[in-house]
Amino acid sequence: MTDVCFHCGEYVPKGTTLTVTIDDQELALCCHGCQAVARTIVDYGLTDYYKFRSDLPKKNSKFIPEIPGKFNVYDDIRVQESFVESVDGEYREAHLILEGIVCPACIWLIESRLNKLAGVNLIQLNYTTNRARIRWDDSQIQLSKILGSIASLGFTAYPYDPGKRDELLEKERKSQLRRIGLSAVLGIQVMMISVALYAGNWRGMDIDLRIFMQWVNLVLTTPVVFYSALPFFKGAFRDIQYFHPGMDVPVSLGILIAYFGSIEATVSQQGHIYYDSVVMFVFLLLLTRYLEFTARKHASDQLNLFGRILPATATRINTSQDHEECVPVTELVVGDCVLVRPGETIPADAVITRGISSVNESIITGESMSITKQAGDEVIGGSTNVDSPINTEITRVGSDSTVSRIGRLLEEAQSEKPAMTQLANRIASWFVSVVLIIAAVAAWYWWQAGTGSWLPITVSILVVTCPCALSLATPTAITASSVALMRRGIAIIHHDAVENLARATHFIFDKTGTLTFGKLQIVDVVCTSDMNKKECISIAAAIEQHSEHPVALAITDIHEKSESLVASEIINSPGEGISAIVGEERYYLGTPGYINVNTGIVDYQTDKADVESGNISSALLADGQSVLCIFIFSDQIRPSAKKLINFINANGGHTMILSGDQSDIVSSTAKQLDIKEAFSELRPDNKLLILKELQNNAAITAAIGDGINDAPLLAAAHVSIAMGKGADITKISADMILINDELDMLQEGIQIARKTFDVIKQNIVWAIAYNFLALPAAASGLIAPWMAAIGMSLSSLIVVGNATRILKT
Amino acid sequence: MEILYILIPISLVLIAVIIYALFWAIRSDQYEDMEGPKHQILMDDDRISTDEDDDANQ
Repeated sequence: MTDVCFHCGEYVPKGTTLTVTIDDQELALCCHGCQAVARTIVDYGLTDYYKFRSDLPKKNSKFIPEIPGKFNVYDDIRVQESFVESVDGEYREAHLILEGIVCPACIWLIESRLNKLAGVNLIQLNYTTNRARIRWDDSQIQLSKILGSIASLGFTAYPYDPGKRDELLEKERKSQLRRIGLSAVLGIQVMMISVALYAGNWRGMDIDLRIFMQWVNLVLTTPVVFYSALPFFKGAFRDIQYFHPGMDVPVSLGILIAYFGSIEATVSQQGHIYYDSVVMFVFLLLLTRYLEFTARKHASDQLNLFGRILPATATRINTSQDHEECVPVTELVVGDCVLVRPGETIPADAVITRGISSVNESIITGESMSITKQAGDEVIGGSTNVDSPINTEITRVGSDSTVSRIGRLLEEAQSEKPAMTQLANRIASWFVSVVLIIAAVAAWYWWQAGTGSWLPITVSILVVTCPCALSLATPTAITASSVALMRRGIAIIHHDAVENLARATHFIFDKTGTLTFGKLQIVDVVCTSDMNKKECISIAAAIEQHSEHPVALAITDIHEKSESLVASEIINSPGEGISAIVGEERYYLGTPGYINVNTGIVDYQTDKADVESGNISSALLADGQSVLCIFIFSDQIRPSAKKLINFINANGGHTMILSGDQSDIVSSTAKQLDIKEAFSELRPDNKLLILKELQNNAAITAAIGDGINDAPLLAAAHVSIAMGKGADITKISADMILINDELDMLQEGIQIARKTFDVIKQNIVWAIAYNFLALPAAASGLIAPWMAAIGMSLSSLIVVGNATRILKT
Repeated sequence: MEILYILIPISLVLIAVIIYALFWAIRSDQYEDMEGPKHQILMDDDRISTDEDDDANQ
């Protein structure tokens, strides 16, 4: 029986005996990262966190507790410039984004910890956006200490520069709130008085009182028309200018005609008033638009990631190569020479001028394995330099950089209107023109008839048909589905995809990084000599101590830090192996080929299957004479994958793997997960061919993958889903992102998509049927404006209510 | 029912106050974080904090 880590919930590897004591109970932990965090929580009396939390935090395998100066760069005033402001003398205020938050208890934990720091005045944490505003007294405490405290709990805080776009969005949101609020408050009053007037119509009312009340209604409705409804008028004006009648036109016409008609009726004391219709209208429409706006803003907030990617400072070397200085990244220009040490993040797009190293580009491209780069190769700003120092020359900065360009594409993709809404809008504008014509004809006809009822009839026509029909049917359903999906950690980038997800027949999975974690974990250590396991691990850990290579991380994970050996004279061969002197001897750790080249040893046993296209599955530790032990790694399958596959198989979908990995590993994975078809050892173009073949046979394809390897495949599929992995921004090529990598959430996502699609169909059917009946009825004078208003409102409520059913799944 | 001639104008004044308060609330970011306060209430720290809990020399 495998234990699970008390802190993060992952499996505890064999032989690990790390624990923490809480309430006199000894609880098992999986790695040093979790232990450090758990002990910090206990030390500061914050164990309530474990009671409050509703979700498990991510495993902290990269946590290295003793790097005292790590955050010192943030105390540099030049670095602070973009996200810190000085307030009242010694006080400073910073905006940060917090990463690693999985539930509200995490935020509580950070807040409680920061509260205990002397010198911190103000902590404002936003539970929705994970942003923090912290004010501190710089004479008592420095920013680096604050960041360090946050890190000691297992979270990371990044500087956050709100930027123009965010400010504008926030202003827009507040403005919309004001308009809705005003229309709601005044609307309630108007309704109250209208009820009184209706009662008066029925039971008799003193004429003076009636006039008084009508005038009060007029006064109350006026701000709603001229302030709250303003966006509709502006939209209608724009629509008319471009001869492209949209829904704003009849909405505006309806509001204005109803309003001025009511004024006329109030003044002349003849005819009906429609103040209640007007305010209801405006309120409902504003409300839907606001909900749509916030759903989109929320989705795009999750993907707004710039502060996390680039580092704060870089080491610049001057041209004569003899002098290094630490400068803020914002000061770098094209042509600067920058030294990037192992473990550091490359500060900007550059080309390597000296050195050879492995670079991890997963943050940009999603590719989880490191790529070897040497002099002349280009590197991307934001990627991590893994094992050796490299000298680079900056090629692009600022808005030209890869990171910025991708961010812009992402923003554009986010703001485009989904095709379904566009289609609805096109039908709507045709429909609008028809309605306007009918209204004009009816107005003329009834004017001719001379009964004075042309006004109410025209208003009825405009009111009864306009908003609910198509304007609300689709957007509300899409908004509701975005919210429902967001709650399950699925961010939608292209809204069309929801429909395709609902109808998908074939689900194509990538293997490494998608069905598996993409991280190496040590499964076994086989000793082939006299040295015991513990000694081997110690030596290996010493050699790999400063490396960020996946193999190194897996080894240091299982190493008991209590007896650390020290390695010196480290020689690194990127992609092959690493060697160092520990104690008296030189040891070698790497692929069989590396061992062979360096020690001449040929006679060794490896049990597991060989390399999986770059994936190392075993590493050997040897001294000069013999192989000491074999480390066997595996890339574990995600537990959440099985649930998803089961669901798809049970519900008429066809599951497949298209992978470039070796056939026996791929087929064993397929067997374990019960995936129906598996293709292995495929090149990217082969994958594409298979996909096209499926599509030619009328399959609707969903592709789930994790990086730029799969980009062409993802782009070609009908709907593409990318694994989130924290700060990746590649995902613009995908339609949806699984933010927390939880495959089983995709199962609920598919259910939601199907329900959304049904709801949209239902709404459109209802809207069309309703209009078919209501329009002729209104044109022939059968519907009084008050009936029209009720009809319209009820219709809108039905459509909106139907959409909220999606939220309940 | 003549009392209504007084009551309704009073309610109008009240509405004006309400609207002012609403606009103030929007302006001062009261609606910025709708999730936080819900959780904060439930997670308040009831224990009496001791000196060891506080930061001595971290």
